Amino acid sequence: MKFAILVNEGPYQHQASDSAYQFTKAALKKGHEIFRVFFYHDGVNNGTRLTVPPQDDRHVVNRWSELSKENNLDLVVCIAAAQRRGLLDENEAKRHGKNANNIAEGFRISGLGQLIEAGVQSDRLVVFGD
Amino acid sequence: MEEEGVVKKFLYVNRKAPYGSIYALESLEVVLIGAAFEQDVSMVFIDDGVYQLKKDQQTSVSSGIGMKDFSKTYRALEGYDVEKLYVDKKSMEERGLSVDELVVPVTILDDAQMGELMEQQDVVLSF
Amino acid sequence: MLHTVNKSPYETNSLSSCLRLARKGHTILLFENGIYGALKGTCFENVVTDALNKYQICVLMPDIEARGMRVDNVITGIKTVDYAEFVDLVASNSTVQAWL
Repeated sequence: MKFAILVNEGPYQHQASDSAYQFTKAALKKGHEIFRVFFYHDGVNNGTRLTVPPQDDRHVVNRWSELSKENNLDLVVCIAAAQRRGLLDENEAKRHGKNANNIAEGFRISGLGQLIEAGVQSDRLVVFGD
Repeated sequence: MEEEGVVKKFLYVNRKAPYGSIYALESLEVVLIGAAFEQDVSMVFIDDGVYQLKKDQQTSVSSGIGMKDFSKTYRALEGYDVEKLYVDKKSMEERGLSVDELVVPVTILDDAQMGELMEQQDVVLSF
Repeated sequence: MLHTVNKSPYETNSLSSCLRLARKGHTILLFENGIYGALKGTCFENVVTDALNKYQICVLMPDIEARGMRVDNVITGIKTVDYAEFVDLVASNSTVQAWL
């Protein structure tokens, strides 16, 4: 079965991203397809490569990046929500005259249409938030 | 933008008050973008979400909270063919609100009708 | 239809709204802080026990255990599930609604 995942909260502050990660991992293990993981609201903060958690804690951002690499996951960060919160990829940084970008490996920035498309194309959409 | 003619029932569930957090505003942005996909869209307002529709919101006046009053956008939804707006009867009554205090015409649903509407959906987006 | 509740019933009305608006035969999964609604000996025990006549209620064990609780603390009749079974619940219900 084809699943889409929506993550509405950032890392660490809420459990949403952890729950979404555990769910996604379990779904993949069961042989389901993850059509897309879409990050919205503060959820976009799951996609910043500048995150440096204490060494004895899980690395929420890297964990998503690794899961993406292993399973060819499409991790999409909402562009409008990302811009508000200071998350940019190389193109967006250039376009807005910023001297740095902070998108993590495996994530890409795109529009809200990607969330709707995920809802249309997937058999199920599961929302994790606060 | 159309997805090969697939039309699904999308429900947007709004249960949070405006301004105190960004959920209401950003959920409205999803609805507006989503309209281009020509899906069968409904919006429900439950619990504090009912407050999103309260008339006379004043935010951007000089003495105000300094945010954009986005309640006007609900009135523009009709132009995007988003016309099915539902309010939970109990949530509205608990808050002492009546339909004439809301910015847009809505359909009031009782518990059973709300449950039935939810059950009929393909995709439920909660914010 | 599957409903997910991730909020403590002491903190928000997510659980009470879900119990009020879900329809007979629906499944409700309590996870994250939502698991506090699944526990014995609380002021919500009666309400949740009554709701078992109308709904199948499940609780996510990893969230129970993380919070210092055990299966013995879970109200009789509530089904305990792990993440894999959470996935099964989503797969077997055509619609999923999160009560955030």
